Amino acid sequence: MAEHRVLGKSVPRQDAVDKVTGAARFVDDIQFGPSLLHAKILRSPHPHARILAIDTAEAAKVPGVKAIVTGRDCRHYIGLYLADRTVYATDKVRFVGEPVAGVAADSIEAANEAVKLIKVEYEPLPGVFDPVSGALGRDVLVHETPASSDLWWQGLPCITTKAPGTLLHEHLGEYTCAPFIHPVPGTNISNHFKLRKGDIDRGFAAADVVVENVYTLPHIQHSQIEPHAAVAQVDRAGKVTLWASSQSPNAVRKLIATAFELPMSKIRVITPYVGGGFGGKAGVTCEALVVPLAMRLPGYHVKLTLTREEVFQATFVRQGLVARLKTGADKTGRLVALEAELFWDGGAYTEYGVNITRSGGYCSSGPYEIPNIKTDSYCVYTNHPVGGPMRGFGMPEIHWGIEQQMDILAEKLGIDPLAFRRMNALREGSLGAFGGPMEGATLVDTIDAVAAKCGWGGPVPSASTAHKLRGRGIACMYKAPSMPPNAQSSAIIKLNEDGTAHVLTTAMEIGQGSLTALAQIAAEELGLAADKVVVTLPDTDYTPYEWQTVASRISYSAGNAVLAAARDAKAQLLAVAAQVLAIPATDLVIADGQIFPLANPARKLAVSDIAMGYLLPEGAIGGPVIGRGAFIPAGITGLDKETGQGDKPAAFWTYGTQVADIEVDARTGEITVLKVTAAYEVGKIINPAMCKGQVQGGIVQGLGSALYEHLVLVDGKPLNSDFVDYKIPTATDTPEMDIILLETSPQADGPFGVKGIAEPTMVPTAPAIANAVYHATGVRILDLPLSAEKVLAALKKKQTREN
Amino acid sequence: MKTVTLTVNGQSEKLTLAPHRTLLDILREDLGLTGAKRGCEAGECGACTVILNGKPVNSCLVLAVELDGAEVLTVEGLGGPEGLDPLQQAFVDNFALQCGYCTPGMILMGKALLAQNPRPSEAEVKEFISGNLCRCTGYENIVKAIMAVAAGGERHG
Repeated sequence: MAEHRVLGKSVPRQDAVDKVTGAARFVDDIQFGPSLLHAKILRSPHPHARILAIDTAEAAKVPGVKAIVTGRDCRHYIGLYLADRTVYATDKVRFVGEPVAGVAADSIEAANEAVKLIKVEYEPLPGVFDPVSGALGRDVLVHETPASSDLWWQGLPCITTKAPGTLLHEHLGEYTCAPFIHPVPGTNISNHFKLRKGDIDRGFAAADVVVENVYTLPHIQHSQIEPHAAVAQVDRAGKVTLWASSQSPNAVRKLIATAFELPMSKIRVITPYVGGGFGGKAGVTCEALVVPLAMRLPGYHVKLTLTREEVFQATFVRQGLVARLKTGADKTGRLVALEAELFWDGGAYTEYGVNITRSGGYCSSGPYEIPNIKTDSYCVYTNHPVGGPMRGFGMPEIHWGIEQQMDILAEKLGIDPLAFRRMNALREGSLGAFGGPMEGATLVDTIDAVAAKCGWGGPVPSASTAHKLRGRGIACMYKAPSMPPNAQSSAIIKLNEDGTAHVLTTAMEIGQGSLTALAQIAAEELGLAADKVVVTLPDTDYTPYEWQTVASRISYSAGNAVLAAARDAKAQLLAVAAQVLAIPATDLVIADGQIFPLANPARKLAVSDIAMGYLLPEGAIGGPVIGRGAFIPAGITGLDKETGQGDKPAAFWTYGTQVADIEVDARTGEITVLKVTAAYEVGKIINPAMCKGQVQGGIVQGLGSALYEHLVLVDGKPLNSDFVDYKIPTATDTPEMDIILLETSPQADGPFGVKGIAEPTMVPTAPAIANAVYHATGVRILDLPLSAEKVLAALKKKQTREN
Repeated sequence: MKTVTLTVNGQSEKLTLAPHRTLLDILREDLGLTGAKRGCEAGECGACTVILNGKPVNSCLVLAVELDGAEVLTVEGLGGPEGLDPLQQAFVDNFALQCGYCTPGMILMGKALLAQNPRPSEAEVKEFISGNLCRCTGYENIVKAIMAVAAGGERHG
């Protein structure tokens, strides 16, 4: 493999000095002076209600109030994959916290006062508060649901069957949606993803051991430390400029164009640094709310910064899930059949969530080869907060069940759980759940790496005190980027007079280090030092198109666009250099800002001497060097609507394994995660320190979701919308982390072999901890989180049983 | 309205303030010092941490009118790009930040700890910064950065 000079090195983050000095600007930091107005949003107190009347007359009289808008001002439906929502509620409200009206005023106090004075008359409607009963839709449809949805959940403690007769979206069938999304009109099912591989009956007939369980996960919140914020300004010519804390500048522009019938050329989205995303700032969240206010107030800057409570209630949450998994293996330990029913609690609007249902469906085997599969994955409307993308996009959710099924099966078969996984792992050429061949399937490498590192199979150290129980658990994972098959990236590289370069992309720096990673890719190809290349933050008027910064796809997809742009710029430099030096371009190389023939490095030209062209005696040649690059992943195919079968639903797959060492306090049920050993295969590492940082952050986020994160919803009302009652991990909660990064299978179409890493890092943590709890205590918990209360209750129950 | 005089990053500031405004408000809005971040405005996340009279505080919980005669240090009062404070440099060197939103508060928390306990143990560092939430890094590199300055003495200076 070629020696890299910049790639694979832990070069300092491009944004580090900005961020340690306080110079880094986030949306709320931008100063707009006297033209600044403050927006506040009136939100629904009801989980489901018809809006009968809205009276804003009193509110409008509050001194300082400049404008009030409601659903009347923006009636167009928008959505990323399914256009099912309006910017403000129109006919109905469908979750507590849904925007009903917006106020712009010259102070926050005046805006708050006005919000209180808006009178809304509601007719409360029955609500749908769990996805299983919600999936049934109207009573009359019960008998029309597929036989597989027979009332298997009756009597299970985790399910309530309240209010089965309520429809959330009466016009579901009229909503426009992406061709690979399949709503079921007349129900609350906004996407039904079906997968049929092999012969499920023959599969189970061949099974010697069958394990069936229902696994549940609650809603959790991304809890980025920066609350969502947006500022809109409309100039006298009607041009909209939006400063947004967003992962998706181009998607924001597109959806706002649709919502307000504007040409995209009249919308400019500027995204400064984003204080954490994790999916919660993808698509459109609060950005559109300020636009109609700004449209009424030309010249003013209308700013909305969400409160922490609003972030918890009114931005995307991770969807809840009820997963019934029935898994069969033969006595040699081979997986032979899987039946999966996945009920995703999509919340009130599932414009984004429908695609999570699809990913969860076509990945429902987990990283294992299973010849016979029947999966039904339902995205279900409920009167809960809006479900959306969150780190892992369905994978932490489905692996929660899959990885416990593996342990349970292994135990029944008397096989070591690691060996059982290794035996069934997807390998090169294995057929995935979707029927196509897996490429670059490196799960076994990560299993072996973790096993060696943590000493799997050896003795587990004894507990620190007598009342503590020590355990060790393993979980594996795979994940592909979930995106439309044609998700595009593009890049422009401008060479400057001094031989430095600017890279223009609309890839978003959300903390993952994209500025630095993309600079390293460009610098490597252009033969420049990493610090000579600067990647700019997005401004859709000036930076070229990027679909979204999601799906762990930026290093791969935007990286490919940047690499193509760098090659283009390099070709231009070499063409001029070839003429100046009278040496064929093919004999020239660029390194450290110098262009020279390999055979005679002394005969060199500086990049800075030709970046703007070159003046030869016979006249000028070349010109300012501008490289352009674009990328769409090749060969991604659709999946059959009835069988979910196809060749290649995603660009690449990242594999990983984690082992958790834990202690359970038998007196309190409290779990302490002592150590997590993790291995990921990432194709090619761009920046080892940043890559490792992703794994550290993902493990700790996974730990939070495992032990305590749970947005408590009672009849649709969130009860813990702050950091006191919704606990996320603090520094004292972090385990020792032993991290292994492998480069065994460079991605053929990844820049320098790169695969994505950011999301996979949190996927296996929760099931690894659950498996460790079982190892320690013999107690198996199927619903997240593994709270001390729940563990203690389970321990007591087990004790009672044994006595 | 009340007039107070306080010192912010060594500069004397005379401000006339409405009584309900917080130190965080006036730093960000009146003085343009946006290094202290709004995360929760309830003292739960630590993103707005500044050092007030030598002690770290959540500036969202401090009413500005209480501050007559006070001394405030914000991240802007540490080194600039040309001469980073050793702890800022350690954050850069140890990749102790990702999105950067908690970073100013974390750095000031680290400064406060090292001022009162120049040789903390790793457990002491974790305990001390446990009121400052970070959702990106998993804290390991933050702890490492603080320990690097603690253990390294003048090495970074």
